[in-house]
Amino acid sequence: MLAGWLLAPALCWMGVFFVLPLALVFVISFASRGTYGGVEWTFSLANYLNVVDPLYLKIFLRSLTLALATTVLCLVLGFPLAYYIARLPVRWQGVWLLLVMIPFWTNFLVRTYAWMFMLRAEGLLNTLAMGLGLIASPIEILYSPAAVLIGLVYGYLPFMVLPLYAAIERLAPSVVEAAWDLYAPAWAVFWRVIVPMTKPGIVAGCLLVFIPSLGAFITPDLLGGARTMMVGNLIQHEYLVVRDWPFGSAISFVLMGLVLAGVMAYVRAEGSRRELEVRR
Amino acid sequence: MRDRSTSAKTLLVLLSLACSLFGCQPTPEDGPKKTPQAGGDAGRPMPTLHYFTWSDYVDKALIEGFERQAGVKVAVDTFGSNEELLAKLQSGASGYDVVVPSDFMVSIMIGQGLLADLDLTKIPNAGLVMERLQRLPFDPNNRYSVPYLWGTVGIGYNSEVIAAPPDSWDILWDIRYKGKISMLNDQREVFGAALRAAGQSINAKDAAVIAQARAKLLDQKRLVKTYTSENYHQLLAFGDVTLAQGWGGAVARAMVERPAIKYVIPKEGGTIWADCLVVLKTAPNKGLAMQFINYLLDREVAAKTTERLLFASSNREAKALVPERIRGNPAVYPPDSAWDRLEWMTDVGDAVRFYDQAWTELKLQ
Repeated sequence: MLAGWLLAPALCWMGVFFVLPLALVFVISFASRGTYGGVEWTFSLANYLNVVDPLYLKIFLRSLTLALATTVLCLVLGFPLAYYIARLPVRWQGVWLLLVMIPFWTNFLVRTYAWMFMLRAEGLLNTLAMGLGLIASPIEILYSPAAVLIGLVYGYLPFMVLPLYAAIERLAPSVVEAAWDLYAPAWAVFWRVIVPMTKPGIVAGCLLVFIPSLGAFITPDLLGGARTMMVGNLIQHEYLVVRDWPFGSAISFVLMGLVLAGVMAYVRAEGSRRELEVRR
Repeated sequence: MRDRSTSAKTLLVLLSLACSLFGCQPTPEDGPKKTPQAGGDAGRPMPTLHYFTWSDYVDKALIEGFERQAGVKVAVDTFGSNEELLAKLQSGASGYDVVVPSDFMVSIMIGQGLLADLDLTKIPNAGLVMERLQRLPFDPNNRYSVPYLWGTVGIGYNSEVIAAPPDSWDILWDIRYKGKISMLNDQREVFGAALRAAGQSINAKDAAVIAQARAKLLDQKRLVKTYTSENYHQLLAFGDVTLAQGWGGAVARAMVERPAIKYVIPKEGGTIWADCLVVLKTAPNKGLAMQFINYLLDREVAAKTTERLLFASSNREAKALVPERIRGNPAVYPPDSAWDRLEWMTDVGDAVRFYDQAWTELKLQ
């Protein structure tokens, strides 16, 4: 009984600030747009049918590709870092984790502007590389998909490192030692011992990076020069530029549906695989 | 034991990450945070004026001047385009007193019934608006709006790279400047450039004409480095772009950093615009709003505004008070010879859908 009451504040909060707005967006997604924006209450499925227009599918595809690339890069960069931190003396682990987190004390927008200064034609990176004689003329990185990728990886790397660290920290070194002692080759130690045992961390990290980077909009806007649109930008564009809220709402729901379907499919596959293993 | 401390640490880390995640939205950073000392009986809450304006139009000193004079607080919020302004007001953003839409947006907002009548008896400075900005078609008697800052849209260019002044919008389609061009991130202006280059009015309503402009812009996109309305003065000044479609005042800002930057209004013509001060129908503090508008239009304040923001003020007496180097800058005050080819942007009615769709397609490509 008491437990039920303890739940009440959170339920109220979620109901008012999460479920209600979401329901509103859902209802609007079936309405249509007035000439100057605003919502006209005529029921139609047109918005959902429009989403499958090749023009918009292209944006979904581009966002998926960029989000996947971001996730993979974060994993490749983050795993060795997390492993290193987790194997340090406990005293030093805190220091390193702090270093990973320090950038978060500054506003994300400010940090993105800093990247703009670094990546521009006469910016820090180009000046440095030219000064060292590595390149003859400045490379145009800013306002390209590459700049967006760099920005996304930078922004979401900590979301990968922290869950990985937590998982690796829990992996007893003796297990790895045992694998070595039993003459497992290096690849087998990694693929058949370390990876399976840190899998929850890998999955958590990948989800924490993939989902927000799929919906990112500040990074593609500022580092992509508003040329490389992602789904997040498309939604923002529909809401704030062309003022077509019904269509913007429909895209939001399709995006949400896709992410949810992906995660559920994964969880289900994982669940049945585990069941199989248990039965075996 | 060790396990527990680890999960506590992880929890802490994730918590702080979550905070930073939700803290990453852009916030109005220019809003005055200081409470002015003047005025107000102790214990009575100080009235607050809510001002919603362009991100380029915020100047702390000018706002603080009003706070001191009137003994109030001014809360500032900013927007980056007329469309964004309208979208935010339509989505129920309320509580703003004074807003600064451009000419064509004033007529849309009048049509939408968003604006309150101005009390011109409380805004004597509205009588000082320069001749050319009086009786504008969208609000001929200043019933709802008074012009505040005005200017043109033209091309800013780097004269170190382009020696002969470009005289046509066509230069923005010149393959030699591939990757060195920036365009405004503004639907109507970007289409305006293409329409002008094709010899059309920036207010074309014909679907076929708009479709032609769209094709022209799709063709241009591979040359365009970025669509931005905010930092192109830096891009020009730092040499990231050689050509920028831009508002005169922003190009004038680039000139301060790099004197080689010049400004032209091409022979096919350009946009003349006026951002106007209006009071919303829902304004909680209408009396104070009128007072604030009168303050912004004051001769001295207007001259200071032009000097600091590099956008021309509508007050005809202010120009004389502006330093010569700014008064003579064609990016701030267009030369008399350019007036014949300047065109006002007007509301295109239902054709706005064609623009919206074409703009989305352009941005999606």
